[in-house]
Amino acid sequence: MAVEAHELTKDYKYGFHDVDVSVFRTEKGLSPEVVAAISAHKNEPEWMLKFRLKALQHFEKRAMPAWGADLSGIDFNNIYYYVKPMEEQGGREWDDVPQSIKDTFDKLGIPEAERKFLAGVSAQYDSEVVYHNIRADLEKLGVIFGDCDSGLREHPEIFRKYFGTVIPPNDNKFAALNSAVWSGGSFVYVPKGVRVDIPLQAYFRINSDNMGQFERTLIIAEEGSYVHYIEGCTAPTYSSDSLHSAVVEIIAHKDAHVRYTTIQNWSNNVYNLVTKRAIAYEGATVEWIDGNLGSKVTMKYPAIYLMGERAHGEVLSAAFAGEGQHQDAGAKCVHVAPHTTSNIVSRSISKDGGRTSYRGHIKVYPKAHDVKVSVRCDALLLDEASQSDTYPYSDIENSEVTFGHEATVSKIGEDQIFYLTSRGIPEAEATALIVNGFFEPFVKELPMEYAVELNRLLAVQMEGSVG
Amino acid sequence: MSDTPTLVVEGLHAEVDGKEILKGVDLRVPSGEIHALMGPNGSGKSTLAYTLMGHPKYTVTRGAASFDDHDLLSLTPDERARLGVFLSFQYPTAIPGVTMVNFLRASLRSLGREMPAREFMQSLKREMDALRMDEQFRSRYVNEGFSGGEKKRAEILQMALLRPRLAILDETDSGLDVDALRTVAEGVKRLAGPDMGILIITHYYRILEFLTPDVVHVLHDGRVVKSGGADLAREIEHTGYDPILGVAAGAA
Repeated sequence: MAVEAHELTKDYKYGFHDVDVSVFRTEKGLSPEVVAAISAHKNEPEWMLKFRLKALQHFEKRAMPAWGADLSGIDFNNIYYYVKPMEEQGGREWDDVPQSIKDTFDKLGIPEAERKFLAGVSAQYDSEVVYHNIRADLEKLGVIFGDCDSGLREHPEIFRKYFGTVIPPNDNKFAALNSAVWSGGSFVYVPKGVRVDIPLQAYFRINSDNMGQFERTLIIAEEGSYVHYIEGCTAPTYSSDSLHSAVVEIIAHKDAHVRYTTIQNWSNNVYNLVTKRAIAYEGATVEWIDGNLGSKVTMKYPAIYLMGERAHGEVLSAAFAGEGQHQDAGAKCVHVAPHTTSNIVSRSISKDGGRTSYRGHIKVYPKAHDVKVSVRCDALLLDEASQSDTYPYSDIENSEVTFGHEATVSKIGEDQIFYLTSRGIPEAEATALIVNGFFEPFVKELPMEYAVELNRLLAVQMEGSVG
Repeated sequence: MSDTPTLVVEGLHAEVDGKEILKGVDLRVPSGEIHALMGPNGSGKSTLAYTLMGHPKYTVTRGAASFDDHDLLSLTPDERARLGVFLSFQYPTAIPGVTMVNFLRASLRSLGREMPAREFMQSLKREMDALRMDEQFRSRYVNEGFSGGEKKRAEILQMALLRPRLAILDETDSGLDVDALRTVAEGVKRLAGPDMGILIITHYYRILEFLTPDVVHVLHDGRVVKSGGADLAREIEHTGYDPILGVAAGAA
């Protein structure tokens, strides 16, 4: 007999929200006027206003994607595209952060180990960064770590050189939307040869009814540099659907190494539609570590373009889909240059009728010889009602390619449960252990405090499982 | 305290996938004794082990099984474990991603025997040394990629840490070379004592050279057909099962 049906904790644990401290928001819905208002409110240069308006045109022209998850529940006219929380922006001192926002962090239960890092955290709150502090030693190294709006203001040359170059506004409908109304997100610049030893962390939250969140992150790693950027999200529950559509661009120059870690745990009414793409030049390494636990629908396929010889790409993703959730996630690796390698590992768990999909695309250009590609995706189904599917595409135009692809779908084995219960472990805990073990290849890549947090979130998801 | 905790199996019938395997097993294993259950392939030895531990695939259709006067058949496997029943698996299952340390600690916690981390690591090291297990073993994933010998050692390691009151060892000797067999058997011997009943399920005599049984039972076609002292095992070693089971019942 298979594992009994599991009860999902239906109330989203982090489903609280604060007194709304917003002071400025655009009208609901999208129009050139709304876009212009956003740009004007931020005192942006002319080129950015033009960029936004052109992106809006792309957005309006593009049809909704006909593949992937069901997006019919999104009502673009019922969304606030910009909400500004505070009069004063970019406060650098913790004391400047409003108490209600600190309370929010308290409720999230950010572990002490993580609070240590708060000096280097930028927390996006209602579309705008309210707190941001760059550690002095980072500044000394010439590392820029700020919100994207400040990046545009304070480092216009670097910003303009790279912004929108990896993911142009006409790339896809949601990248176009983000390009039109983007706000906040992080801007990271690491100079040549600089190794950033501490992970740069950002916290994002959605906190306004019917509000979309459109952050924009741009990371530039110069030759031979190293940086690890981390974002972790939990979001409150609202009665109507919410849209999160981010764009993340990474440029890893020669021999640079960039790791980007995400754990998203949006409340399960959020549409999470994210475009993430990196360019890796000669000898560079880019790693996407991507965990998707929450949201109603996620569509996210971190991509790496391997442009120079010996460039290496890694995508390690974990997804959990509970009742009413569809995690449509995957990876894309494009081998443009010879001697490039990529490795994709995907782990997904479906429970209580949840659905996970792996969607992958491997492309090898004719000139890219001696390429190695490895794809491995494993799905675990916790009950009969749940679903998992795999959509691997490959497009290989060179014959000197080593391509390994493995995919498995399994259920929690009766024998595994029996083995653990025969040692006194109750069935619910046995299930949680097996689930945690299944995610272990992902979890072990996370910094300790995130690993602890993720295991705690998984335990919450397993609560109420039949014992 | 008046009576010795005893495994009592009476007229036990069990089936798997609708096929009857156990056809009325009778057995008593009191604490402090080592019993061997021998029998040819297909006689139902492993089925008895699984049934006593409560594997959901095995359905009891008739009969009774109790330990220390508690009805085993009404308990889930974890409840049986908490009563003190332990099964050393013939084919231990891999649990990928779960380290031995985390597994053992979860198990001890479930049995109400949680101990401080330092104390736990010390006793783990002590037991692993006794079983000649490498230190890195504890951070490996449960049974994943273990060799046959490593799996069996890991089972006995669990037995040593969990300290059951009734240990059922299912073919613990199979797939071991002589040195490994000696290590494992000595491990069991070290744990044996007045507070533990041991039922060794084996096809062969060789483990019994190291662990002298008080009683030997022969299982055939789902029933215990003969019981005796340690001599019975030696007899089987020399003559095979056929003479004991009668001419017509030659093992397949």
